[in-house]
Amino acid sequence: MPVHHSAASYCLGIESTADDFSVGILSFDGEVLANVISAHVPEKGGIHPREAARHHAEVAGKTVEDALQKAKIEPRRIQAVAFSQGPGMGPCLRTGATAARALAAYLQVPLVGVNHCVAHIEIGRLVAGAGDPVTLYVSGGNTIVSAFEAGRYRVFGETLDIAVGNCLDVFAREVGLHPEERMPLGAVVEKMAGEGQNYVSLPYTVKGMDLSFSGLLTAAIQLFQEEEHRLEDLCFSLQETVFSMLTEVTERALAHTEKTEVLLTGGVAANERLQSMLNQIADEHNARFCVVPKEYALDNGAMIAWTGILAYQHDMTVPIEKSFVKLKWRLDDVCVPWHGG
Amino acid sequence: MLIKKGAEASLYLEKWHNRKVILKRRLPKKYRVYELDEEIRSYRTIHEPQIIQRAKKAGVPTPTILMVDLAEATIVMEFINGKQIKQVLDDFSSEERCRLCCLIGKLIGRLHNCGIIHGDLTTSNMILTPDGRVVFVDFGLSEHSPELEAMGVDLHLMKRAFQSAHYKHAKTSFGMVMKGYAEARGTEAAKNVIKRVMEIEK
Repeated sequence: MPVHHSAASYCLGIESTADDFSVGILSFDGEVLANVISAHVPEKGGIHPREAARHHAEVAGKTVEDALQKAKIEPRRIQAVAFSQGPGMGPCLRTGATAARALAAYLQVPLVGVNHCVAHIEIGRLVAGAGDPVTLYVSGGNTIVSAFEAGRYRVFGETLDIAVGNCLDVFAREVGLHPEERMPLGAVVEKMAGEGQNYVSLPYTVKGMDLSFSGLLTAAIQLFQEEEHRLEDLCFSLQETVFSMLTEVTERALAHTEKTEVLLTGGVAANERLQSMLNQIADEHNARFCVVPKEYALDNGAMIAWTGILAYQHDMTVPIEKSFVKLKWRLDDVCVPWHGG
Repeated sequence: MLIKKGAEASLYLEKWHNRKVILKRRLPKKYRVYELDEEIRSYRTIHEPQIIQRAKKAGVPTPTILMVDLAEATIVMEFINGKQIKQVLDDFSSEERCRLCCLIGKLIGRLHNCGIIHGDLTTSNMILTPDGRVVFVDFGLSEHSPELEAMGVDLHLMKRAFQSAHYKHAKTSFGMVMKGYAEARGTEAAKNVIKRVMEIEK
């Protein structure tokens, strides 16, 4: 195996909170050497935690191998193994944790438990060039508006029920849309919405800084079943409503914190309509808008490896016997001493 | 004169028939589609003065509404002289802070007794006047609801505001809020709501 980066130190990160199993390898100075993602695509319906975990177990060995090969480094150069310790689905988290523990034990290096939500923000700061942003993190499992304040990423707003990505996905499935080649469900909804133009009123639920999507989802499905509107118009209206809600809350956080950057990340970050809305409010508040490129916005191992490096450098390692997964680990429970503020 | 450009509305300090007033104007948001934007702005412009009035009746100090201009999505209201709780809370002695938080809790309790959900309970939306009153402002996201869930969310937001803006004393401050809340609502009702707050946080 050719060895490129002989002198440097590396961290290998394993991500397995939901339907993706991914391994990333980064050098301590932030160079991404590998970011291999193996996605579990259910035959129908949403993610079944046990099915996804089975997938993770099947691909774990191969994915680690692929990542090492891609990074072109010897395993003994790895100085720490990081894994997403939570939040996420139990069976999926446990599978990734098991792989990480085995690897750390085998390589005789420290294990670092990383908070998945923190990782999404940290990789955004690394690759999208945001220093101290208000972050909107939107995915199938999370909807969080946060900003750094006194040692932690404080949660300024979040969903009170389902995540926005889940709302879009469930709607899409209920109305009979399917993921297309290289196009996840959310992208199919986005494409359809692009062909809609008549706004149909839907419940707009912002409570302070928090959001609720479940009533809106039910209402949208009911409208579809009434067959009085084109599906394109419903997709358009659904997108407009949920993204307006997200944008309003992000703007409130921006006005409140007076930060000068807005960072958009997570699986839903790929949506161009959402990007353009956030761009507009960033502009209005003289803030810079940064969006995380898709490869690093989706769940990925690179973000875990990078956050693992930051934590490792602050001695935040975890002994294997204490490395239980934390299914509901909140973003604002984590100290981030590496953040300059 | 523009004094605050919030996310939801802009506040202007103006002279109106020889009084100092606040103009609250909901400017169109370009990021929203026209229909949705109109719907949100006119709904909030009508709704907010109504709730402010009801809150006042419930014994919660609020600004007096002087005029509503629906076409411009503008509300003209009394200017409240004082400081935002957010600005002063951390500077107070712990005794003063507890007294103030207890009062805030009592006022929230009075709102909830009438089924008014403030919807945006933060310390920026409360003003401490020189005579020691706490005036609740910004009812833009308020609603009527008898539901335990809505009240739970309301208090959850208050708690979160303490955690994000006043993290040093968040726990004791919110504890005092709950004490005042229980005084206004009775122990039983308060207990149920706090139970719900805990469920929401799970």
